[in-house]
Amino acid sequence: MLDQYLPILIFMGLAAVLGLALFTIGWFAGPRRPDAQKLSPYECGFEAFEDARMRFDVRYYLVAIIFVVFDLEIAFFFPWAVSLRETGTFGLLAMLVFALLLVVALVYDYRKGALEWD
Amino acid sequence: MWTWEPIRVRLSSLITAYWADPVLTAVQILMVMIGVILVMAFYTLAERKIIGWMQSRRGPNRVNLFWVPGLGQPFADVVKLLFKEILVPGDANKVLFRVAPFLTMIPALAIWSVIPFAPQKAFANIDAGLLFILAMASLGVYGVILAGWAANSKYAFLGAMRSAAQIVAYEIAMGFAMVGVLMAAGSLNIGRIIESQHGGPLSWNWFWLFPLFVVYYIAGVAETNRAPFDVAEGESEIVAGFHVDYSGMAFALFFIAEYVNMILISALTVIFFFGGWLSPFDGYLPASSLLAQPGFFWFGLKTLVPMFGFLWLRATFPRYRYDQIMRLGWKALIPVTLVWLFVEGVLIYCHVGPWKGHI
Repeated sequence: MLDQYLPILIFMGLAAVLGLALFTIGWFAGPRRPDAQKLSPYECGFEAFEDARMRFDVRYYLVAIIFVVFDLEIAFFFPWAVSLRETGTFGLLAMLVFALLLVVALVYDYRKGALEWD
Repeated sequence: MWTWEPIRVRLSSLITAYWADPVLTAVQILMVMIGVILVMAFYTLAERKIIGWMQSRRGPNRVNLFWVPGLGQPFADVVKLLFKEILVPGDANKVLFRVAPFLTMIPALAIWSVIPFAPQKAFANIDAGLLFILAMASLGVYGVILAGWAANSKYAFLGAMRSAAQIVAYEIAMGFAMVGVLMAAGSLNIGRIIESQHGGPLSWNWFWLFPLFVVYYIAGVAETNRAPFDVAEGESEIVAGFHVDYSGMAFALFFIAEYVNMILISALTVIFFFGGWLSPFDGYLPASSLLAQPGFFWFGLKTLVPMFGFLWLRATFPRYRYDQIMRLGWKALIPVTLVWLFVEGVLIYCHVGPWKGHI
């Protein structure tokens, strides 16, 4: 069973090789004449007056945190959905309770304005 | 008495099993990969041509190939990009800047290893196929974040943040849509997901899971950062988003990844909701007739439709605002999927619909 996974590994390896080949050909086929203007970060022709690694909106973090919660939820849904026919009524009810808890969380996020973006 | 013999036999059988196969597999994989990239190349041409026609223009028509105007455009583009300078900005994090394109491209290509092109014709017929797809699709976001961060340019940084937040937001809706498909099929194996839809167009998943299909397709468009969800590269605000500082072949890798992902989303839409390689006449014509045979022909033909949809969307809709995108993802798509998962659970429980399994 596990040997079915070998082609995936070969596939990834070949994808890397293909990408590397394209990159390398481009690296050697193209010219290389760097100068200070070219190497400066692109900002529509203006001088960049501060580092780009600046503070950014906290909402991106919020999205990331909510994402982790819901992605985990999906990870719990997957095995349940596969064994739906075996777990029967109990499985359905149990998942209903679980989903309900997460709906409560979603509603809380909604009401708190965590999903707003303006 | 202990001997080497069993171990030697086992080792040699392992080596023959693994060695003869991998070389053959590698050649086949390379052919599929080049095929996918060729499709991707002509997809870019199709995009320019189709959007051109939709806007009463001709599209590219200067580079001739086989006396067809415009057909050589993709190859001309590749040659041009090959001979462009690959710039690495002075302030950039050099290593991450060069690694990022690969992190985007490898997952985009690797997912094709579990796609069945015809019955039993997938490179890896694994039981956790859907899980693998979900995992690989999530990996693509690393390339985007790294590219934006490593370039040390504000446009790239903002583009990467926007793109990453958008991708993870729509990933959830997409994952829930997949759960619905999973409930209908009862298996994570892609081949079995397709087989469970046999019996003609009305027993394909789109009919009973229509809301999930719509959510999946919209989420797919948003995942690939395509119009109308392309704020990540909104050219009027942040020029090109996370790959603004990339040039030449390094840019081409991002470009390839984006278009391969579009084709992939189209293929997955067909697999999950339109019966993959199943024939649309299956169940209506006698099973022995030629048109009812499953095969790559149907898979390819069906995949062209959502691929066309991507281009149609881009030609039709104006770009969303970022807060509108977030609102659509969190407040419309996710509740819709949750409700429909519940409905589907009840339907399966009450034996309504095409699902034969007992609960």
